[in-house]
Amino acid sequence: MNYHWNWHIFLEPDPTGAGTYLDMLLSGLLVTIETSLLAWVIALISGSIVGVMRTLPSKTASWIGFAYVEFFRNLPLLVQLFLWFFVLPELLPRAAGLWLKQLPHAPFWTAAIGVGLFMSARVAEQLRAGIGSLPRGQRMAATALGLTTVQTYAYVLLPMAFRIILPPLTSEFLNTIKNTAVAITIGLLELTGEARSMQEFSFQVFEAFTGATVMYLLVNAVVVTFMRFVERAVAIPGYITGK
Amino acid sequence: MFANFDFDVIRRALPYLFFEGMRFTLTLTALSAFGGLVFGTLIALMRLSGYRLLGRIAGLYVDFMRSLPLVLVIFWFYFLVPYIGQWLTGASRPIQVGAYASSLITFIMFEAAYFSEIMRAGIQSISRGQPAAAQALGLTYSQTMRYVVLPQAFRNMLPVLLTQTIVLFQDTSLVYVVSIPDFLGAASIVAQRDGRLVEMYLFAALVYFVICSCASFAVRQLQSRIAVMR
Repeated sequence: MNYHWNWHIFLEPDPTGAGTYLDMLLSGLLVTIETSLLAWVIALISGSIVGVMRTLPSKTASWIGFAYVEFFRNLPLLVQLFLWFFVLPELLPRAAGLWLKQLPHAPFWTAAIGVGLFMSARVAEQLRAGIGSLPRGQRMAATALGLTTVQTYAYVLLPMAFRIILPPLTSEFLNTIKNTAVAITIGLLELTGEARSMQEFSFQVFEAFTGATVMYLLVNAVVVTFMRFVERAVAIPGYITGK
Repeated sequence: MFANFDFDVIRRALPYLFFEGMRFTLTLTALSAFGGLVFGTLIALMRLSGYRLLGRIAGLYVDFMRSLPLVLVIFWFYFLVPYIGQWLTGASRPIQVGAYASSLITFIMFEAAYFSEIMRAGIQSISRGQPAAAQALGLTYSQTMRYVVLPQAFRNMLPVLLTQTIVLFQDTSLVYVVSIPDFLGAASIVAQRDGRLVEMYLFAALVYFVICSCASFAVRQLQSRIAVMR
């Protein structure tokens, strides 16, 4: 390979002069973390609501949940981001559309909400599976004790279901982090985006992408380690993962 | 809302969208699914081979690929493949690789990691008596795998493999980042040329939605049929 390696590139000043190329990648990493955390909060909240709706006795509620999941699962994430970013402002009334377009940090909000909603369908499916995996007796016992539907979910079903689906939720969170890279297409300068611009300015293709790769691996390792700890802390006694 | 919606833009772009864009998307999906399945099965066999070193290498590969965003992997291969080609052919400088070959290699290598996990689960779901019986009949390792274990593993995992292929179909839209005109890329080229983002993106979304919904409905049907047969 006659590629000219230059690992010192990370310590050289970037074209803006504000810092080094390493700072550039680190600021991208920060954007990736911020976007994925916000997206994850959105995914957890709306995913939980939809996941619960799919298990309710009401036909309408479970149908709405089904339609929601189908909508967000059957469109590529890239298409969804384009819909929110390019199409939505045009379809809204003029004033609202203009306001949306002029919003500061529009790529960040679009990416966080877009990825969040995309992931929420997956969270909903996991939660539905989690609730479905509980023995029927749990819901019946709760009813027999006179708990209302809300109480049944809040005190009996959800505390169990969430702890059971913790491992798949961890990998969904990792997917959320990875999916924020798609936002490069709407101009969000997250880690992959910063690596791409570092490559364009410095011509050091492989150093730039190696830097980003190492950072993604580190984030992954941190999340996995942290979630192992959480999983052990909330394990249900009597289950395989429990004590 | 749809007052100045221009359907004619879509109609005029239809041949380009489907004969160029969708053809590329479908070919890429089919070839990557096939290549990914072949390599994925090999990786799964490496992991389950019992040779410590082989298993470790395969495991590292899978974990590595699965912790990177696809967009980054697309960039990696886009720039790396010309150098690998140079290294393999001994040429004096990086060889020219078309966008098509580069994206195909990317998706095969990336999907192999995901398909291998599915096939691994499939192989592990086969009861231990099966390979034992095959061995008792005097079949070699490769015969056991080819005639006994893999056909059953593949069959058991068919719905999951197909679901992963639908995900792959959606993911091929990401070749947009290296400016390859797949279906979405073609739609976006027309959209920008004619200044009709709303029409083209909504139409692209509709097409993706219809295809993916039909495909996942078919997978669910298949799943329930297989479930009954067992």
